[in-house]
Amino acid sequence: MTDYKFVVGSSPHLRTSENTPRLMFYVLQALFLVAVASTILFGVRAMAIIGVSVLAALAAEALWQKGLRQPVTVADGSAAITGLLIAFNMPPLVPLWVPALGSAFAVIVVKQFFGGLGHNFMNPAAAGRAFLVSAWPLAMTSGWLTPFDGATSATPLQVLGGSSGSLPEGWQMLMGWRAGCIGETSALVILIGGLYLIYRQVIDWKIPASFIGTVALFAWVFGGTDGWFTGDVLTHVLSGGLLLGAFFMATDYVTSPVTKRGRLIMGLGCGLLTALIRLWGGYPEGVTYAILLMNVATPLIDRMTIPRPFGTRQTKVTG
Amino acid sequence: MDAGTLREGEGRSFVGGMHIPEYKSLTNDVPIRRMAIPDRVIVPLMQHSGAPCEPLVQVGATVQLGQKIGDSEEFISAPVHATLSGTVVAIERRTHPAGEAVECVVIEGKGEQGEFVPVAKNNPDQMSPEELKDAIKEAGLVGMGGAAFPTYVNINTRQPVDTLILNGAECEPFLTCDHRLMVERADELITGADILMRCIGAKKTFIGIESNKLDAIRILSSKTKAREDMEVVPLAVKYPQGYKSYLIKTITGRDVPRGARSAALGCIVRNVGTTFAVYEAVVHGKPFIERIITVSGPEVPNRGNYIVRLGTPADFILREAGVDPNQLAGNKVIFGGPMTGLAQSDLNVPVVKNTTGVLVLPSELVREQVPYTACVRCGVCVERCPNWLYPHQLSILSEYGMYEEMQQWDIWDCIECGVCAYVCPSQRPIVHFVKRAKTVIDNMS
Repeated sequence: MTDYKFVVGSSPHLRTSENTPRLMFYVLQALFLVAVASTILFGVRAMAIIGVSVLAALAAEALWQKGLRQPVTVADGSAAITGLLIAFNMPPLVPLWVPALGSAFAVIVVKQFFGGLGHNFMNPAAAGRAFLVSAWPLAMTSGWLTPFDGATSATPLQVLGGSSGSLPEGWQMLMGWRAGCIGETSALVILIGGLYLIYRQVIDWKIPASFIGTVALFAWVFGGTDGWFTGDVLTHVLSGGLLLGAFFMATDYVTSPVTKRGRLIMGLGCGLLTALIRLWGGYPEGVTYAILLMNVATPLIDRMTIPRPFGTRQTKVTG
Repeated sequence: MDAGTLREGEGRSFVGGMHIPEYKSLTNDVPIRRMAIPDRVIVPLMQHSGAPCEPLVQVGATVQLGQKIGDSEEFISAPVHATLSGTVVAIERRTHPAGEAVECVVIEGKGEQGEFVPVAKNNPDQMSPEELKDAIKEAGLVGMGGAAFPTYVNINTRQPVDTLILNGAECEPFLTCDHRLMVERADELITGADILMRCIGAKKTFIGIESNKLDAIRILSSKTKAREDMEVVPLAVKYPQGYKSYLIKTITGRDVPRGARSAALGCIVRNVGTTFAVYEAVVHGKPFIERIITVSGPEVPNRGNYIVRLGTPADFILREAGVDPNQLAGNKVIFGGPMTGLAQSDLNVPVVKNTTGVLVLPSELVREQVPYTACVRCGVCVERCPNWLYPHQLSILSEYGMYEEMQQWDIWDCIECGVCAYVCPSQRPIVHFVKRAKTVIDNMS
């Protein structure tokens, strides 16, 4: 028989040209915008935090995989995303070893311990931040600055929670001219990045929409000081890490549900927990813990919302 | 819907599935041509679902074109016929396009091969339903679009069937043979539908056509305009629209319960190619000896829609289409469409009754060499699955060998349409995982 050399394989014989590293690249593009905004607002300190955090995440993944003689997957972009998100959750005056440690923890303990990308059950960045807040609460909850002038200041959520200080104007909140973590303040840029990812079909609008919507509703109904329905919705939505978390952390594929209904539940749950923690909890900010709790609930949500196969939920046909 | 104002892409549809690049413009305006007839054909005795045929001839026998050379006593089977006049040179196991070796009759032609001469010009209106069914049975007709289920068995149902659906969706990329058939053989197709309606006692025929075939929709609409009992239904261009359950649901709105036979729903679905073959079998007494296939691929020089004799080997077809089989390094040769067709490892495989096309796909399209990575749970497969399953979960469980659990995730509902594997950004061969698991589970019990 002639020795023809052609390819044999299972169907389908066509594949989309879309691939995971490219999806991650879109996310990195969106996060890059936020990084630029952070640097404009908080200057060299922000740049240093971002640089250290990303380098630590990449190095941690590479060293871990080299040590275990696994293929090094730094190029898939997911470690860089974790590093950026950890950095964005840092107060401007944080010591630089804190984000470095957080990134390493996120990549090694939260992601690689469980088998790497696709196998972790919590969002690495959110879990990394929670670890830092528990271990070094002072470093993570102080050191707030107002952008540009560098004056120390309370964050809007601390003010809403009773700390002394004044709330910034709405437009200041939108542009990011307020005290807060370096990457969470620039609401407008986060919004642009998030919408870009929705446009690119990288993330599903359902999670951020239901997350932010629920927080807004609760803030409006219960968040006021003069009784029900007097809450300051705009301040609640634009402050803290809500936008950053809703667009970039709660939408993490690996740790969020795969069904449409499941994603609505994910957003609702995140919003509900965030509102509970913010309005009645001990912490001024609840986004991280809300996301982590819903991450853990994700397998359950997936099971609850499993689609029933075609032909099993219709009326019975006689014949 | 008015066929005159219909635009490409419009039409009814089902929930799930997706538009996949069509590649149909490569061949959709190439008229049907006859391909040269090979000197040697390989006619498998098993070209249908059901029982294989027993050979009716011996090695050395002289056979005439259209002579029955294999048949079975079993109800679910279909006879096979000589597709060449000549001598039987071997009856032996040869590779079938579906991969397994099956008993085949190898015929070598001698001298000039003529075309099939119609034995009769029957008027189907003067034949009884039983006579019509017998003609269909004797011709060895099977479903030409996919499963190759014997047509005689399909229409010989005792259940009352009020609706005939002609499947002209042709949702697989690249394939255009059904499209050309609807455009060039519309009258014969309608006669074939009339014959089938009489066989099953149907009151109404729907012709479902995806709206990327506007010319076919217009021609068939105008030819059936005066008829109350025939209607062309434009369908959205969405894969896998041509799958029987989705077609019934889309066109009639009837629910299709899991595992239900379509006759139980009062429907019979026939591919348009089969319907044309019904016309030929009844009116001309022509057995199933040839069919139209699409020969295509971005780099195939003489691509087009060809009438080929059953049993024609793949390498003969490729050479006729201007492809040198020795220059195929890195390409995939596929029998059928790119989504569900079968990649061939041996170019001696013959065209059989349900071969819809022979495709040569270069590696840029196939992307076979791209290694797959872990599932990131992006959920695109869940969103697109036309059968509303969790394909990613099935692929993960299969990867870990957790075959028992796969049954809880409804692996048996998977129709292996390939949408999940097409869209997966991690390039996971989900259909391959599912097929492997089905085989393992079958062997476990």
